[in-house]
Amino acid sequence: MKYSKQEYLDYVDKKSPDSPIWKNVLIAFLVGGAICTIGQGFSEFYKNVVGLSEENVKTAVPITMVFLGALFTGLDLYNKLAKHAGAGTLVPITGFANAIVSPAMEFKREGWVLGLAAKMFTIAGPVLVYGINSSIIVGLIYYLIQKL
Amino acid sequence: MQYLNAFWVGGVICAIAQVLIDKTKMTPARILVSFVVAGVILGSLGLYEPIADYAGAGATVPIIGFGNTLAKGVMKGIAEKGFIGIFTGGASAAAGGIAASIFFGFVMAIIFKPKQK
Repeated sequence: MKYSKQEYLDYVDKKSPDSPIWKNVLIAFLVGGAICTIGQGFSEFYKNVVGLSEENVKTAVPITMVFLGALFTGLDLYNKLAKHAGAGTLVPITGFANAIVSPAMEFKREGWVLGLAAKMFTIAGPVLVYGINSSIIVGLIYYLIQKL
Repeated sequence: MQYLNAFWVGGVICAIAQVLIDKTKMTPARILVSFVVAGVILGSLGLYEPIADYAGAGATVPIIGFGNTLAKGVMKGIAEKGFIGIFTGGASAAAGGIAASIFFGFVMAIIFKPKQK
């Protein structure tokens, strides 16, 4: 019995159990929302207690969240939460830190340069490549529009 | 109220990503890349700033906010430095987050051992 690729995919799709999407989405909403609320807490703290300028608050909050994401990944707590929370732990900037620390820890044994340091960018690299490149393209367009 | 806005807007952004993962089988890496690019586009059109004003960290903590920072930075860079700003603006604005990710990522990866699965 021969399947075409599409038929095979359809077959697998039919046989694999439906993941309870509403439940995944609800957990992602709650966990993602909670992480952002923590970020908001730091934002208020830096603004009202530390007295940072608005500009510096906008830098201090991501730095803090990245620190916490990296720390809790090291403690193996972030990955445990991520197993249930899916996009709720992926999309906040703490998930970006998680994507850096996880492969770096894992590949540490392959060396300091091509192990730890190179693998830090397995996922962070593409994010920076597409993020910075698209900002440069936007900049070029913006610059040209201004000149015309 | 700022906390509630941060909670539900941040939650909705993550929920959208979860729907994409479940419905399109997009990998986490593709989600992150798409969301950053979406943030750059929304930011460059000035559409993300109103959301950030309303939701605070609910808009800036998700990775879309990182894209928005890049887009706003590049426009500010051009205003201040002209053509060179195209190249320096985005990365300068995002420098804190990028440098912190590299530094804390490196330090934590050294300190901690990967757990046995």
